[in-house]
Amino acid sequence: METPPAAFVACLECDLLHRRTPLPPGGEARCKRCGARLYRAAPADANERALALALTACILFIVANAYPIVGLDVQGVRNSATLFGAVESLWDDEARAVAVLVFVTTILVPAAELIGLTWVLLALRQGERGYGAVPLLHFIESVKPWAMVEVFVLGVLVSLVKLAHIAIIEPGVALFSFGGLMLFIAAASAAFDPDAAWSQLEATQ
Amino acid sequence: MNAVPTAAGMGLLSCEVCRLVSRAPAPGGDAHCPRCGATLHARKPASLARTWSFLIAAMLLYVPANTLPIMDTSSLFGTQRDTIVSGVAFLWTSGSFVLAALVFFASVMVPLAKMIALAVLAGSVQVRSVRNRRTRTRLFRLVEFIGRWSMLDIYVVTILVALVQVNTLATIHAGPGAAAFGAVVVLTMFAAASFDPRLIWDMQEEGERP
Ligand SMILES: [Zn+2]
Ligand SMILES: [Zn+2]
Repeated sequence: METPPAAFVACLECDLLHRRTPLPPGGEARCKRCGARLYRAAPADANERALALALTACILFIVANAYPIVGLDVQGVRNSATLFGAVESLWDDEARAVAVLVFVTTILVPAAELIGLTWVLLALRQGERGYGAVPLLHFIESVKPWAMVEVFVLGVLVSLVKLAHIAIIEPGVALFSFGGLMLFIAAASAAFDPDAAWSQLEATQ
Repeated sequence: MNAVPTAAGMGLLSCEVCRLVSRAPAPGGDAHCPRCGATLHARKPASLARTWSFLIAAMLLYVPANTLPIMDTSSLFGTQRDTIVSGVAFLWTSGSFVLAALVFFASVMVPLAKMIALAVLAGSVQVRSVRNRRTRTRLFRLVEFIGRWSMLDIYVVTILVALVQVNTLATIHAGPGAAAFGAVVVLTMFAAASFDPRLIWDMQEEGERP
């Protein structure tokens, strides 16, 4: 009797077919030809954890965007900027393309990814399909490379070192929130088990 | 019949979004993933042509990205125009050696290395090379992982423009180099996303067995 195609997994990097086999807890399967990761044995509560981490990241995201990232004090004159304020200054400075690029990679995509992931995981937790879960998961997968919070955090640190030569720097609440956001986004996407989410979505179809 | 069992060789399509493997429909028909609805391709369509197009556009823009100023600083003492390299030099001479090295790596080395690596990858597939396939696959993985870090300088400019305003004795404006540099990063990311690493493995070595 022929094995159904769904019993296989193909390597995304070299197309070699592998039969899916059960893994020991915490194990992961790699392609035997090119070494790419195929799938992993996530703990049963992986998506519960991912949900908790994503919710925390949502809160950090709000704090990170509501408060100034950093303040500057030059001989008693103070200036501070939120991330959105910084995007606005670029826009007003006629650097519109750069403003859009920064807005998309640090605000729009991370927000869409976090809200989308939280929405899908909440729906799955209730055992429901959730409105738009399939296109949302699809969307999350395709925009992932464009969320660059960790690069932004490093960029802020570099600019602080540059500014330290001309002014007194006052790190704001949002700077620490962005640091935390970077860690929680990484933790949430590491915990997230897309295989489980897809099979659960298929089952509730 | 292929010697090595690949999805394409067995008439199967694998979904890049949800990883489900399904049977390819009759030739001509559009294939969609039965689970997530994504459009399925055995290989990314027009992979090499698209990779080269994005890559050549990125290479052309790399010149203005490095020669035009990415920011202008105007103060009572005049205007200073900074390119990416002069920004690195400033960090170095002011004693921030680690940061200077970091910015040099992220803004100069990474985009250059990424463009060379993509040209090598696309070129080797073009000439149907069967050598070092595993190494080339690793190179592609590295290119995908490291490319985003080139955005570093764009964010540095963003913060500087926002904070150093009229009332702080100096004003910083974003220069045309910043837009060109951002375009290089975006174009190389599109180039990497267009390249299909499975093409590296499509050339079979003589007598290859699973
Ligand atoms: Zn492989
Ligand atoms: Zn699919």
